[in-house]
Amino acid sequence: MQNSRKVLSSRSDQYFKGLILLLGVAIIAIFGLSLYELLVGGWDALKTYGAGFLSNTIWDVPNEKFGALTFIVGTLITSVAALLISVLLAVPAAIFVTEYAPKWLSEPVSYLIELLAAIPSVIYGLWAIVTLVPLVQKLQLAIVMDPNLQKIPWLMSAPTGRGLFTAILVLSIMVIPYTASVARDVIRLVPADQREAAYALGATKWEVISMAILPYARAGIFGGVILSLGRALGETMAVTMVIGNNNAIPHGIFDATNTMASVIATQFQEATSDLQLSSLLGIGLLLFIISVIVNYLARLIIARLTPKGIK
Amino acid sequence: MMSSGVRPNQIKGTGLSSGRKMKNSLMAGLMVLATLIVLTPLLLIFYFLIVNGIQSISWDTFTQLPRPEGEEGGGFANAIAGSVIIVGMATLLGVVVGIGGGVMIAEYPEHRLVPAVRLISDVLSGIPAIVMGLVAYTLIIAEFKTFRGFAAALALGFIMIPIVVRTTEEVLKLVPQTVREAGLALGLPKWRVIYSIILPAARSGIITGVMLAISRVSGEAAPLLFTALGSQFWQLNPFSSLGMAALPLEIYNRANSPFPSSLPLAYAASLILVVMVFLTTLIARFATRKK
Repeated sequence: MQNSRKVLSSRSDQYFKGLILLLGVAIIAIFGLSLYELLVGGWDALKTYGAGFLSNTIWDVPNEKFGALTFIVGTLITSVAALLISVLLAVPAAIFVTEYAPKWLSEPVSYLIELLAAIPSVIYGLWAIVTLVPLVQKLQLAIVMDPNLQKIPWLMSAPTGRGLFTAILVLSIMVIPYTASVARDVIRLVPADQREAAYALGATKWEVISMAILPYARAGIFGGVILSLGRALGETMAVTMVIGNNNAIPHGIFDATNTMASVIATQFQEATSDLQLSSLLGIGLLLFIISVIVNYLARLIIARLTPKGIK
Repeated sequence: MMSSGVRPNQIKGTGLSSGRKMKNSLMAGLMVLATLIVLTPLLLIFYFLIVNGIQSISWDTFTQLPRPEGEEGGGFANAIAGSVIIVGMATLLGVVVGIGGGVMIAEYPEHRLVPAVRLISDVLSGIPAIVMGLVAYTLIIAEFKTFRGFAAALALGFIMIPIVVRTTEEVLKLVPQTVREAGLALGLPKWRVIYSIILPAARSGIITGVMLAISRVSGEAAPLLFTALGSQFWQLNPFSSLGMAALPLEIYNRANSPFPSSLPLAYAASLILVVMVFLTTLIARFATRKK
């Protein structure tokens, strides 16, 4: 009796462990399967164009010539510019929440900043189309009319309100909460000793922040920035809705262009040839690989360079 | 706070040069300014959604089907139902696999696959939603030419999994080791300890994770673009080859429509979606508060 119960419980333990392991392995399988499907789907394009797929800017649907460089450039410009703007705002906001605001203010403010992350991307897109695009259009018209500004070539584009500039604006708003929340967590982890030591030397609040807190939190904030970069690279809907969807490298900041994500979003359903479909899947594969690398690096940086307790 | 302690040089007013003082106040002002700039778009979007949304929502919105483009009125009952079905199926997948993965990482840490599962789950969380849409497309629709709603649910489920894994792992680790030992000391098998003691103890935290995942996923339009496609009709069968409507798709299609009469329902759909997303987030917050 005793013995059979023991056998029973160890067998049920085996089953349970098997089930759990199966589910865990399913996660690895999903990753592998995704990579495999994208690789198989994009194979035709990679085989046809080889390395030229990455270095060619021509995206000619009727003649079936496809290169991804335009979209790689579009993605890089929008993401990096949005990231720069968002860091300039998010880090001070995080410092305000952690170091300046009294408790009754800091909690609601950080909650509000987090709410920015909860708004779906399509809604940012809708808002941008209805309110931001007409504003940018007005700005563009004013620039075109101004005799001095007219001479600056990178300011001149068709005044549609849709293009790089609008996409960067929307994207930076969307990325702020990610950068801010990591920065806030890292700054909170700076030991109190660090602050007290600086105060004890007679430092002002700003000197404490700039000499004792920011250097300590720098690495973690940097990791958070890279993590936000991952977000910005793959952001689709809002960018697709305001970037103008033009398959050409931009020459001015108001020019319409496309990112990797936005070209997939606009063309995949309407792809007319297998090669176009395959090229879009190839871009998807590229996006997959880039996000994996960026995310892995960000986590590595955050894990290595911040004090224990942050993940 | 310790910063409010009075320092000697402040009393005499000699130690602090006016330049340092000025820089100090200037920087404080800049931080406040940055925070205000960060909050402005949020307030603008809220204002935009509430003012436009409330004007556009009526009883018809929830009960009627979309009218042909260019016509006013109508609703998107089909999109609400479609969203519920797709997100529901995705949640099933996300919860089962996500909790499984979290339990594996937290309760069987000695297994040699655990580092791989954790790393891959982390990396998976950073993969853009649109790429998951592509994966679901090639996996299901390119193969079988059907199962559109199911493919959409699969894509959303894949996005949910890493979120659930992470929160499950974190709350399970909060359950004290002594609880596990007490269970084992009673002669319970390990699976019983996990299933009947540890998971219930961590329930509210796991629910929070699931709610966060739901709120993240229910606003996603990108993975639905070429899977669910959208529809003008009552199409509630996720295993059909016909497109299925969903709220985020409804917003996208109407926002891009050349007819101005399409916009009001885009506003209505946005307000409903945001209320849904915020409610789930709020429930998630509430569930953690109680602990």
